[in-house]
Parts: sequence; C-alpha cells; structure tokens
Amino acid sequence: MWVEWVLKGFVLCLILLTGFAYLTLYERRALARMQVRVGPNRAGPQGLLQPIADAVKLIFKEELTPGHVYRTVFILAPVLTVVPSLIIAAVVPLGSSFMMFGREITLYIADLNVGILYLMSIASIAVYGIVLAGWSSNNKYAMLGGVRSSAQMISYELSLGLCFVIAIILGDSMNLNEIVDAQKGMWFAVIQPAGALVFMIVTLAEVNRAPFDMPEAEQELTAGYHSEYSGMKFALFFMAEYQKMIVICMIAATLFFGGYREFWFLKDTFFSVDQNWFLGPIYLLLKVIVLLFFMIWIRATWPRIRYDRLMSFGWKFLLPLSLVLAFVTATGILLADMFNNQLYFWSIPFISIFILLVAVSFIYRDLRRKSHGRF
Amino acid sequence: MGVFDPIIELSKGLGETLRSFLFEKTVTYQYPEEKRPVRPRFRGRHELKRYDNGLEKCIGCSLCAAACPADAIFVESSENTDEKRFSPGERYASTYEINMLRCIYCGFCEDACPTEAIVLDDNYELSFTDRKQAIYTKDMLLVPVATEQMLTPRKVEPGVYTRSVPEMKDPTD
Repeated sequence: MWVEWVLKGFVLCLILLTGFAYLTLYERRALARMQVRVGPNRAGPQGLLQPIADAVKLIFKEELTPGHVYRTVFILAPVLTVVPSLIIAAVVPLGSSFMMFGREITLYIADLNVGILYLMSIASIAVYGIVLAGWSSNNKYAMLGGVRSSAQMISYELSLGLCFVIAIILGDSMNLNEIVDAQKGMWFAVIQPAGALVFMIVTLAEVNRAPFDMPEAEQELTAGYHSEYSGMKFALFFMAEYQKMIVICMIAATLFFGGYREFWFLKDTFFSVDQNWFLGPIYLLLKVIVLLFFMIWIRATWPRIRYDRLMSFGWKFLLPLSLVLAFVTATGILLADMFNNQLYFWSIPFISIFILLVAVSFIYRDLRRKSHGRF
Repeated sequence: MGVFDPIIELSKGLGETLRSFLFEKTVTYQYPEEKRPVRPRFRGRHELKRYDNGLEKCIGCSLCAAACPADAIFVESSENTDEKRFSPGERYASTYEINMLRCIYCGFCEDACPTEAIVLDDNYELSFTDRKQAIYTKDMLLVPVATEQMLTPRKVEPGVYTRSVPEMKDPTD
C-alpha cells in the first residue's frame, strides 16, 4: 500500500539524515580521542548538539556561485550526488517484520529480487555527481579531482562487483532479504573472510575515504571536485559522502556480517531476531557503528596512498584477488554439492585466507622490485 | 625483512591509534572551567602594586612611559600632601592609562620602574569590543586593598613618608 511506502521512505530518509549528522560527531570525537584530544564537547552534553550547530552554520553561510561555472550542471551536481546515496538504502533490510494495525509491516522499503544489481547501478550513478561537479566548476583542480574520482570509483567497482558475486553465490540469491536469511546459520564473513576484507577495502575506495581519499586530496588538489562549492551546496556533498559511508556499512553488514541478524550461535535464544523483531534494527545499528569505527580508525592511522599506486592496487591486486576468491567460493559450493561432502564447503575460509596471504606476498615482491631490493 | 612485513607494519600503526583511543589521557584543558597555570615569568596584563600598608607604589615618575617602545602608557602626576596621601614621597600618578591595543607586553615598563610598582601579572584574558574599552585606567590597573583603612588617598602623620623610592633589597625575579 502506497501510504506505507511513503511513510517508510520518509522514515528511512530521516534515519539517514540524522545518521549523517551524528556520524560527523562520532567521527570527530573518535578521531580526536585517537589523537589524544577531546573533540567537540561544548554544544550540549558531550557535544550532542554539535551537528545542529554545524547545520545552522552551513545554512547561514554565504553561497557563492562563481561566474565562470556552467550554472545548470553546477547546481545539479550536488543533488545528483545526494539522491543516490539516499535511495541506495531502499533495498537494505533493516529488520524482519512485525504486526501493526492488523497488517504485516516489513522493515524494508523494496523487496527487490535483483537487489544487488540495484545497489551496483545506484552506486555507479553516484559517480556522475562528482564528475559533473568537477567538470562544471571550470577549474583545473576540481576537474582533476572529478576525473580521479571517477577513474577510482570505476576501477574499484569491479572488485566490488566480484565481492557482491561472492555474497550472491553464498546466499544463492540476489535478493538482500534472502541473503540475510541465508546467514542465519553462519555469517558470510566467517565462510569467506578474505572476501569480506576485500569488500571493506573496496568500500573505502568507493566512498572516497582515507587512505583512498584521492579526489579530495587537500594538499594536491585544494579540495578536489568541490573546490568551487560553498555553503549549502558544499554541505550536500559532505552529506552525500557521509550517507554513503553509512549505507555502504549497512550493505557490508547485510552481505557479510549477518545483516539485521544476531550472532549465528544465538540462533535459538531470546536474542534471536525471529523471537523479538525489534532487535533487528538494533543489531544492524550496532554492526554499522562497529564498521564505521573501522573506517574512522583507518583514517586516523594510514596516510593517503599515491594515485598510481592506488590504481595499480585496484587493478593488479584487488581485482585478481577477488576473482580468485569468487572462483574458490563457487568451486567449494559446487564440490560440496557434487560429492555431498560439507568438508569442501568448510575448506573455503582456509583456502581463501591462504590465497590472501599469497597475494600479500606478491605485494611485497612488487614493493621490493620497485625499491631495487633496498629492503 | 619478511614477506608479511607490510601487513605487520600497517597493523602496528592501527594498534598505536587504538591504544591512544582506549588508554591515553587527553591533553586538552577544558579552558574556561579549567585553566592552565602560567609560568612564573609570564607577562600578562599589568597591575599597579601597593605597599603592605596600602599606599600605592607608583610615584608618577613616567619612566615606564619613557621606556615603553609602543608608547602605550600615559602618566600624569600630582603632588601628595599628608592630608591626602596616595603614595610615599612627593608625587603620585593622578592619571595612569595603558592602551592595551598598543601594548606589546615586552615588560620594559617593569624594568624601568624604580619602585616595582608596575608588574606584568598572570591575567591573559583581555578582550574588548571597542577602542575605548582597550584603554585601561588607573582604577582598573590598581590592585584592590584588603581593608577599608588601607584605601588611598588617606590622611597620614606628617613627616613619615618622605622617601619616594624605598630602600631596595636585592631585586628578585
């Protein structure tokens, strides 16, 4: 019924928007603690009102549209960036379902049978906003930022797609709800740990986070594609970036960490989502918070990698590795089916970790060759 | 160098940030509530000091104004009498103004002062919203007195306070 859809869509947008606001606070506080500072703690208790103060500041800032820009595209670009980051969450299940007003209300907006294809396509559309912003700014730095960003996102999307393939093979479906249900017995991150790791690395590049925040490299490109943006238009880019972080963590949790489901060993206890539906969103929230912590942690620790190395890392390391991992997963399941022996299935995690280690040793050899054997 | 050294080094970095996240105490001072003590020789806002009996140390000699490289100090002096005594000796500063916008906190006035009357003290919380407020007058600079009897000007016994500059001990600090 359409009223239900509208309401659920509205609630999802609200969740993402407030989530974005509090993610900025979370990131600033966590980052500050890692740098032995306190972070914003003045506005409200523990700085909880800081996002509101930031929003008010950004709204009242002067908005400047430089004279040399292509105006239509310049205004359209932030919108094109924000909208995909909002609608991509439509297929992600936030929980199971509950009964209300005599009807079953499901905690997702769309039960799409090609959910993963939807994710892929929307994630690709998000690149347009960035490219158009860089191009329409009529500024060399913004242009370079946009081009770098698109090249990076397209390169890493291949490995992202192959990681999706791993989840599709393991879940035997493209429907995100069914993938989550398939993880009732065991999270896919346990069956395919290397795949989950590669997925996490690739998502860092997809949302332009450190250490792959090349399009926004302040030192090299002033601010990349959003150099010419100010005020609320800049805030939209900022918003899109942080919403993408949240959404991609939701997707990572859904595909590899059991989605809204509990730990597999709590399957038949009180803590199971099957017995208490309201635990679903809570579990998902906790998983997203933990995954976001990893993103912040990595930002606090590792320096940005050089652009050519970024590209060669994506093409020469992640792409072959994820191909092999997808192959191993498929083979394991196929053999387990053929010989009706679960041993083949349970060899997948060990073989994939072994392959990951072999791949890492290739990186080492590559680095050693480039440094002429100096280490 | 082992094959997995890149991974080990990256993990070491992660461990370092996680350690400071979990265990390290922050170095931040929560400023308005929690103030960091200043160093003994810190040069903050000026204060005009008094003797223990409450008489002002400043004798209005204008040496501080002469020493001031930024020309921030303005002194006007008047005659003391035993009926209305501000400071020991003949004269006292009837006007003493420092323009805090000009002052560079060099401390030359401190050095020039023959009676150790002007001292750059610990207060660094100076803010004003216009130029008029930036001029600190004598009553703002003079340290407050402990009791009513120590207020200046006051009536004193004649012939006691004849010497403007006290017998100096060895200067400290």
